Amino acid sequence: MQKLAAAIQDAAKKLLDDQKVDLVVGFARGSLPLRSTPGFIRKSCDAGKLTWDYSCENNLANYLRKREGKVAVVAKGCDTRAIVALIKENQINRDNLYIIGVPCSGMIDRNKADELLDGKELLEVEDKGDTLVLKGKGFAVEAKLADLCHDTCKTCCYGTPVVYDMLIGEPVPAKAEDNFDDVRAFEAKSPAERKKMLAEDLSKCIRCYACRNACPMCYCPECFVDCSTPVWIEKAPDTADNMLFQSVRVLHLAGRCVDCGACDRACPMGINLRGITRKMVKEVKELFGYEAGVNMEDKPALNEFTADDPQPFLVKE
Amino acid sequence: MIISKSAISGLLDKLIAEYQVYAPVKEGAYSLFKQIKSGSEADFSNKNSKIPPKGILFPQSEKLFSYSVTPEGARVDECVDSAQKVIFGVRPCDAKSLLLLDNVFKNDKYEDPYYLTRRANTILVGMGCNDPAATCFCTSMNTGPFDSTGMDLLLVDTGDNYVVEAVSDKGRELAAKLGLAAAGDADNAAAAKVKEAAEVACQVTTEGLKAKLDGNFYDEIWDRVHEKCLGCGSCTYSCPTCHCFDIVDDAVDCNGCRIRNWDSCMYPLFTLHGSGHNPRTGGKERMRQRVMHKFKYFVDNFNATACVGCGRCIKNCPVNLDIREVLADILGSEARDK
Repeated sequence: MQKLAAAIQDAAKKLLDDQKVDLVVGFARGSLPLRSTPGFIRKSCDAGKLTWDYSCENNLANYLRKREGKVAVVAKGCDTRAIVALIKENQINRDNLYIIGVPCSGMIDRNKADELLDGKELLEVEDKGDTLVLKGKGFAVEAKLADLCHDTCKTCCYGTPVVYDMLIGEPVPAKAEDNFDDVRAFEAKSPAERKKMLAEDLSKCIRCYACRNACPMCYCPECFVDCSTPVWIEKAPDTADNMLFQSVRVLHLAGRCVDCGACDRACPMGINLRGITRKMVKEVKELFGYEAGVNMEDKPALNEFTADDPQPFLVKE
Repeated sequence: MIISKSAISGLLDKLIAEYQVYAPVKEGAYSLFKQIKSGSEADFSNKNSKIPPKGILFPQSEKLFSYSVTPEGARVDECVDSAQKVIFGVRPCDAKSLLLLDNVFKNDKYEDPYYLTRRANTILVGMGCNDPAATCFCTSMNTGPFDSTGMDLLLVDTGDNYVVEAVSDKGRELAAKLGLAAAGDADNAAAAKVKEAAEVACQVTTEGLKAKLDGNFYDEIWDRVHEKCLGCGSCTYSCPTCHCFDIVDDAVDCNGCRIRNWDSCMYPLFTLHGSGHNPRTGGKERMRQRVMHKFKYFVDNFNATACVGCGRCIKNCPVNLDIREVLADILGSEARDK
């Protein structure tokens, strides 16, 4: 990890020194354990602030839309998928972007660490390679890195950036294709059970909109929830309206969601938002064989029409 | 006075018979203040609740009144909540935050009947913090782990018992009603020891901050500090002192109601005018507003800082934008820019 961080710093320094870019967006050390934070580096002497480890969970593509000037970004697989999708939507000019790709084998879910510690405060983390020792006042708990990973990372098949100008580190080994077991388990439930499950989870929503704002693909100048004529949903965090908010959010991400889990990671209340977005990811993949942002060539599912597109929603005579 | 920990659940049940009782309830890895129906639901093992208890007095969404227009005239029904409440297990930072909110809802220009009625009918039973979190910086914000200001009773955890201190007349009355036993010298000594041992490791310098903010509205520091902010309301909604709200009417034909909802200065809609003009155009202006409101405007208006150092915004921010670092950046900005 330290080697990768050093290589990222060198790359950033060189890009800034050679005036190839005006800004490098990467990760800097955060103020909490298991926490890196988005960092914006403009002077090569600040490149040393860049870091890389298993806590770089944010999707930095979020900071790249409609940027002025030349920008470099430190990007994991999921960040590059969002970048590709945003390039296709004319939100990022590829010519002005330099991608420092970093293969990623998974980022840590702090909620899982919190659950493991059952409310005890994490103060320090010791990295032992495949395991981490989570330490606090009077305790040290060893946990497997794989067990602490975000669920997104467990099913992710694109740990290696799908597009880059420079790759730092070794590509991660290919994984078996995502079988969407989690979505299938959800689909197997009755509509009433599904509704109950979603309502229970979404009753926790406080409408901070962290999910929407953390999503690299959510960038409408006016979100429907903020529209006052008409009022689509009330401002009060009523469960039925919370469900409507998420339904519209997910439908608007159909064929666009890159399954990076940024919404899920941002939620302060620990709502399983990715469970809902993945249902749509699976639908689009099964119907159109399309995954958003996995290469520069494919046309986005909703931008293309062919006569033999499946139409299972049509009533057949 | 003293309560044995094993008697807490029964004591809460006793309170529930007479009051609406709110206490921290475990929700997975975190806890939230909720109205409890049984004393056994309460759980005091978490350092502090995920979301502050301010919503009990100032709900995220509340109906202020309903109205109807009939041929006989307009009819307005106020919805003032005057139920007797006890908030049990309030931490000192959150108790202090309510004193700050009082300034907003009761001043020489305005008295808010909705908040003030709830406030007058609420008893705050505080819980000291034996082991403050690493993100707590209450001692830098004019309070501390055993500050009983604003509470009616303060509980000090001495292991098997809570030593209870009466802070106000309301608290003394409640203690008398519950028939709490007197604490022995050994118990009081144990409580004193716990108080002394509690350490808030994190210190935030605020010296010179107000003077700095008085003159740095146009400083280039604001171009930087907001840069990673996503513009969500995670910080404001988990802040015990944030109190901005929006009022809307929900009406069909001649019947409707007026509703007050929490709002957040981090949202673009917050200052959007009917004309389409927005005086706070972007993240920079919004972040500046949040910092200025807490550390300058509130000081100008009420001679107090609108932050109690609870650390929730630090823990809940999806991009780890740490208010402690923002303040340090602002204080150090001149030196660094030279």
